[in-house]
Amino acid sequence: MSEPALRPVTIPHALALDLLRDMVRIRRFEERCADLYGQLKIRGFLHLYIGEEAVAVGAVHALQPDDAIVATYREHGHALARGIPAGAIMAEMYGKQEGCSRGRGGSMHLFDAATRFYGGNAIVGGGLPLAVGLALADRMQRRQRVTAAFFGEGAVAEGVFHESMNLAALWKLPVAFFCENNLYAMGTALSRSESQTDLCTKAAAFKVPTLKVDGMDSVAVYEAAKQVADRIRAGEGPFFVEFQTYRYRAHSMYDPDLYRDKAEIEEWKLRGPIHNLTNRLKAEGQFTEEAFRTLDSEVTGEVEAAVAFAEGGSWEPVENLTRDVYTEPAP
Amino acid sequence: MKMTYREAMRQALHDALATDPRVFLMGEDVGKYGGSFAVSKGFLDEFGPERIRDTPLSELAFVGTGIGAALGGMRPIVEIMTVNFSLLALDQIVNTAAAYRHMSGGQFSVPVVIRMVTGAGRQLAAQHSHSLENWYAHVPGIKVIAPATIDDARGMLKPALEDPDPVIVFEHALLYNVEGELGDEWRSADIRSARIMRPGRDVTICAYGGTVGKALDAARQLAAEGIEAEVIDLRVLRPLDGAAIIGSVRKTHRAVLVDEGWRTGSLAAEVSARIMEQAFYELDAPVARVCSEEVPMPYAKHLEDAAMPQVPKIVAAARQTLGRN
Repeated sequence: MSEPALRPVTIPHALALDLLRDMVRIRRFEERCADLYGQLKIRGFLHLYIGEEAVAVGAVHALQPDDAIVATYREHGHALARGIPAGAIMAEMYGKQEGCSRGRGGSMHLFDAATRFYGGNAIVGGGLPLAVGLALADRMQRRQRVTAAFFGEGAVAEGVFHESMNLAALWKLPVAFFCENNLYAMGTALSRSESQTDLCTKAAAFKVPTLKVDGMDSVAVYEAAKQVADRIRAGEGPFFVEFQTYRYRAHSMYDPDLYRDKAEIEEWKLRGPIHNLTNRLKAEGQFTEEAFRTLDSEVTGEVEAAVAFAEGGSWEPVENLTRDVYTEPAP
Repeated sequence: MKMTYREAMRQALHDALATDPRVFLMGEDVGKYGGSFAVSKGFLDEFGPERIRDTPLSELAFVGTGIGAALGGMRPIVEIMTVNFSLLALDQIVNTAAAYRHMSGGQFSVPVVIRMVTGAGRQLAAQHSHSLENWYAHVPGIKVIAPATIDDARGMLKPALEDPDPVIVFEHALLYNVEGELGDEWRSADIRSARIMRPGRDVTICAYGGTVGKALDAARQLAAEGIEAEVIDLRVLRPLDGAAIIGSVRKTHRAVLVDEGWRTGSLAAEVSARIMEQAFYELDAPVARVCSEEVPMPYAKHLEDAAMPQVPKIVAAARQTLGRN
């Protein structure tokens, strides 16, 4: 794998710059998270999305504000791209009550009703039937909305993937199945866990139309997701997209990353989503190194503000421990 | 008015579907087949396939879909054929429905109702007969109810649907054909309180679901011997109505707990622990339990009968708390 020839930026440049900004936001945010993990400010599991930013950014930008997102435990990127304030996400990682899940969820369970962000689901495949149900509710209430379900390629080994695909297809529900194929389910390579490694073939078995997309190219991701969302919104039923991507970091902060070659990681880094888009914009005369530095420093400012917000947050009183187990009666 | 438990449940479902357009029924064979216990017979014609949804044999996905639809503003009633099959959906019930409100910091409620058949007595052996109510009652975030009477079959669905949180409804398979009088009590049914089915002064017998009738039969036999048992139908297994149980034990000073679940780790064990914690000095005898024997439910009729709580065992346990053998 070598650095590919530069593909033209086929979306409006302003939009491409938005994509770039969001990818840098995710990158810088997560790099800071890794630091803070080392400082013991963030605990529990922390799954970084670094390397995969093009998928969340391209796909989320292709959705409408009233569409729904169901994500996995590796969802910081989707949450940031969706517009959940970075401070609320960072505070959640700190376990503060100003967090987007009041400190009850942590890194793996980011939620936001305002942007219809339905988690942060940490059972592999667990979000899929939820997405089918959200889509069913839209269908039954005659709303033209799309539910986007993000999941890794590891999830296709779960029975619930097949059950959910079947139901969505059988009932022609408006679900975008966005599979982020980063080749490894924790430490197990796809080829070591699946007899059929062509994921689109699995989806096709349910008569669900499919697309295979370069998940390192945010523009390609956006264009594919937009087309898919439009078709779903028009009533065509569910769609399956395989985004081929790669995570540069280990599975979680606990992972010594012994199951893959360093050379493989380096090869994928040549296709890095941020410099890929940066170089293309530069080649088209739409961007400069100086503009990147400005963007980067703005983003760093946002991330530091998020950290300050989290640092300044408060701990929920222990007296509130059992709140929100059940819905409180209306006052 | 006399009716069967099946008819009472059917009327409750019919009311819900007829009065709230957000309500729909989903599960295996609820539509064209008419429900595996014929509870929803005729609904498909009346309410149409959009609201009476036959599903594939995909418990995990259709329960999860019900949860998602609840999040999306619907009021789904998901039917699972038996509690044994519900284990295929346990992930969605425990990891999603029960946890969702809490792990989202209170942003989302999950108003789904999940009905399932439970219990033994039909010679269906070890994969269709168990009583796992307690597994669900163990989990914070869900509510668990077990309508045992005609009134409750008719009345408890409405408050369950009005509840903003997930509610699991256990319907004992042997109850569907039981006939009884539908009174007026169903109109005020709640999903918070236990019910005293028969007042008594000598011993408290707690039961739920399929064992309530057996507890009442036992109480009648005991009455013939001059022992007045108070029978409590727990009705709501989570959250338990502790006040009703403790109040009764303070009066009778003795308790027999009847539970079709296995004895080890049973709901009866939880009730027993609460009595010990809250009414230890009120007790005149050790708390007694009549539970299922520790065996996967056998097929042969005589063995199945022997494995389940039965009236003579309840009577004997009650006598023992009074020092009579």
